[in-house]
Amino acid sequence: MKNKAYAVLAALACLLFASSAFADKPVDWQTSLQPAATGIMENIAWFEQYTLWFIVPITLLVLLLLIVVVVKFREGANPVPSRTSHNTLIEVIWTVGPVIILLFLAVPSFQLLTAQLTPPENPDLTVKATGNQWYWSYEYEIGENPLSFDSLLLKEEDRASLGKEDKGAYPRLLAVDNEVVVPVGKTVRLLVTAADVIHAFAMPAFGVKIDAVPGRLNETWFKADREGLYYGQCSELCGKDHAYMPIAVRVVSQEKYDAWLAAAATNLGEANRALMASIDGAAKTVDVAANAAQ
Amino acid sequence: MAGTAVQHDQRHDHSDHAHADHGHKPLTFFQRWFLSTNHKDIGTLYLIFAIVAGIIGGTLSVFMRAELQEPGIQIFHGLAQMVYGFEGDAAIDGGKHMFNVFTTAHALIMIFFMVMPALIGGFANWMVPIMIGAPDMAFPRMNNISFWLIVPAFLLVLLSMFVEGPAGAYGAGGGWTIYPPFSTSGMPGPAMDLAILGLHVAGASSILGAINFITTILNMRAPGMTLHKMPLFAWSVLITAFLLLLSLPVLAGGITMLLTDRNFGTTFFAPEGGGDPILFQHLFWFFGHPEVYILILPGFGIVSHIISTFSRKPIFGYLGMAYAMVAIGAVGFIVWAHHMYTVGMSLETQRYFVFATMVIAVPTGVKIFSWIATMWGGSIRFTTPMVWAIGFIFLFTVGGVTGVQLANAGLDRALHDTYYVVAHFHYVLSLGAVFAIFAAWYYWFPKMSGYMYSEFLGKLHFWVMFVGVNLIFFPQHFLGLAGMPRRYIDYPDAYAGWNMVSSYGSYVAAVGVLIFLFGVAEAFARKRVAGDNPWGEGANTLEWQLSSPPPFHQWEQLPRIR
Repeated sequence: MKNKAYAVLAALACLLFASSAFADKPVDWQTSLQPAATGIMENIAWFEQYTLWFIVPITLLVLLLLIVVVVKFREGANPVPSRTSHNTLIEVIWTVGPVIILLFLAVPSFQLLTAQLTPPENPDLTVKATGNQWYWSYEYEIGENPLSFDSLLLKEEDRASLGKEDKGAYPRLLAVDNEVVVPVGKTVRLLVTAADVIHAFAMPAFGVKIDAVPGRLNETWFKADREGLYYGQCSELCGKDHAYMPIAVRVVSQEKYDAWLAAAATNLGEANRALMASIDGAAKTVDVAANAAQ
Repeated sequence: MAGTAVQHDQRHDHSDHAHADHGHKPLTFFQRWFLSTNHKDIGTLYLIFAIVAGIIGGTLSVFMRAELQEPGIQIFHGLAQMVYGFEGDAAIDGGKHMFNVFTTAHALIMIFFMVMPALIGGFANWMVPIMIGAPDMAFPRMNNISFWLIVPAFLLVLLSMFVEGPAGAYGAGGGWTIYPPFSTSGMPGPAMDLAILGLHVAGASSILGAINFITTILNMRAPGMTLHKMPLFAWSVLITAFLLLLSLPVLAGGITMLLTDRNFGTTFFAPEGGGDPILFQHLFWFFGHPEVYILILPGFGIVSHIISTFSRKPIFGYLGMAYAMVAIGAVGFIVWAHHMYTVGMSLETQRYFVFATMVIAVPTGVKIFSWIATMWGGSIRFTTPMVWAIGFIFLFTVGGVTGVQLANAGLDRALHDTYYVVAHFHYVLSLGAVFAIFAAWYYWFPKMSGYMYSEFLGKLHFWVMFVGVNLIFFPQHFLGLAGMPRRYIDYPDAYAGWNMVSSYGSYVAAVGVLIFLFGVAEAFARKRVAGDNPWGEGANTLEWQLSSPPPFHQWEQLPRIR
């Protein structure tokens, strides 16, 4: 019986999730998590909806009980109070009941946690992200000559020269000058550290958030399921420009990634321009199409 | 429950001739308020202090909400220009840091100088000795120094806002968590040292207070009042005092190491010298998590009394209520790293902290359901303290269930350091602890002052505040889900909608605070005599056996509890 209820809840949760909006950045009046671009984020979103199936009814139950009490046991309706101060059965019920509910939460919670910290396979690519006051630098761990570059908040005056005038695809405070480029469907290992103070690398659509701590090399991973341009922001207070060091990851096909990587070895700006041209040359970028559908 | 069976009513022994009858000379104003050893006078000082600090801390938050009302920088460059004299582009940079200083100061002030002084220094000081039938606190002079340490501590924290923090900017802007290296190498100026010193002094004040409460409650209960007959507010304060005593020294150690890292070349938290910034986070949260229970436990005790009084029913499951608080306090010490799921802890460690954290939901649930069961079958009067207490139960539940969500490391990965967390902890603190403070204020104001407040103004205060705080904090859940990080002076335009709603809510809540202040002034101006027990037969703890206000010294003949 419990299993059946669990399955029904899960199915309903999935339905709810499936109906939510599709975008790679936050949208106006958004009330839910950003749509998932990785399996891990799908699981997080599922689990978030799943917890709602417990906590919303519990909250409504408390509200309902309060309303009943307020209506039924107000002085006018019930002038003589009872003297009841114990009821062992009900006390046991409201102690054991929450324990059971917590078990229902704990099982999928532990599964999710384990999945997050257990990469499914050896990584296809390793990227190191270093937090600085106040920008990110990235290093591609590829052979003898690792590719490395800094990624700073896109300045308004640079929009034209970088071809990033579309504020839907390159929003204020999210867009950067040089995005991280990774291939779609590949496991990317992310090594995160910081050069000065603690920062945090966060990519909501990937379900990734990990602190960038000086003297530590934190490791996490993601495997993006679809191409697009994804945005995140620094998530640990790091000083005056904490709000001005966004994170942008461009997920592209393996061929485009290979072409970009080859070109970036000599001229990053040129490689980025070529990549953007090749994406726009196709049926516009995934994210722009998605945003237009909003 | 204690109190119903006091052997003799002794208020007539004492009222009116409080000073004369035991050979005291009347105290001068200076002696009474600056050299005070009277727990009620010190409690009053603490309450006044908490109101002042609350107004300052609340004003800071309204400035922040005004800034966040629209995307872009609205007011802080102007503020930086006015306060610090920055010009042009420097004003923008100064304003950005100033915003961080405001978030830091708002948190420190509200936690250390508003909620704790109000609940522990104020209401507990006033009521615990009376409720357990003691003439005063065990160490009256230590009580006095507790208060007079909190004042310079507050001044140090305020002063820190006006001296150099990071190079070329003013104030300590590292958040109340003051994580190194931002709080060490990131802010070389003296602002951080002043803030740390302020925390040290406030911590010393709280430790002295905690020792005083533990000694008083364990040794000075009236004859016949066993621990299992002790009022729940005294229980809650006893547990809170133990949490303070055990957690604050750890904070003191951590911030001392921070001070020596900053000033004497040690490298406890500096990786370049073999230290570890994460060590500080462990020390901080070993204090910080018990601290949040320190803020809410006295509120639990207060709400229990109010619910019981106005339902005219004894508290349901008294022992369960008391030991639920013991359990919350004990488990509160072993869950600290759930604030640190993203620092890079191992899978096993995260699993443990998820599990331990979820356990806390069980005793918390016992408390919520026991409050409802106390009302069930009661004969409820909806006085001002009662509506605040009912509001507390509902809003604390909302904050509690989002806490259960955040306990899951897997989900916290998405929500950590977003506005979801801000919404969660303001529901349990701003709407939990603060509602408990207002409930206590209206419940005990007639006892403390002898005057009755305006019922209309009290309820208006409640409704304005209730609407205001929910408008502020409910939309922040949405912002957090959508991914908006905390402690941001500016945000992507997509977050504008809910931020605007949240900011309007803060203006409504600010009006609520003005109504509160007006209500206090009105009560003192009108001087409606409250009587010894304005709440009727439901109010059966010992304070209602005394006159309003109580005699200068109470229980010179100890009450006997049967």
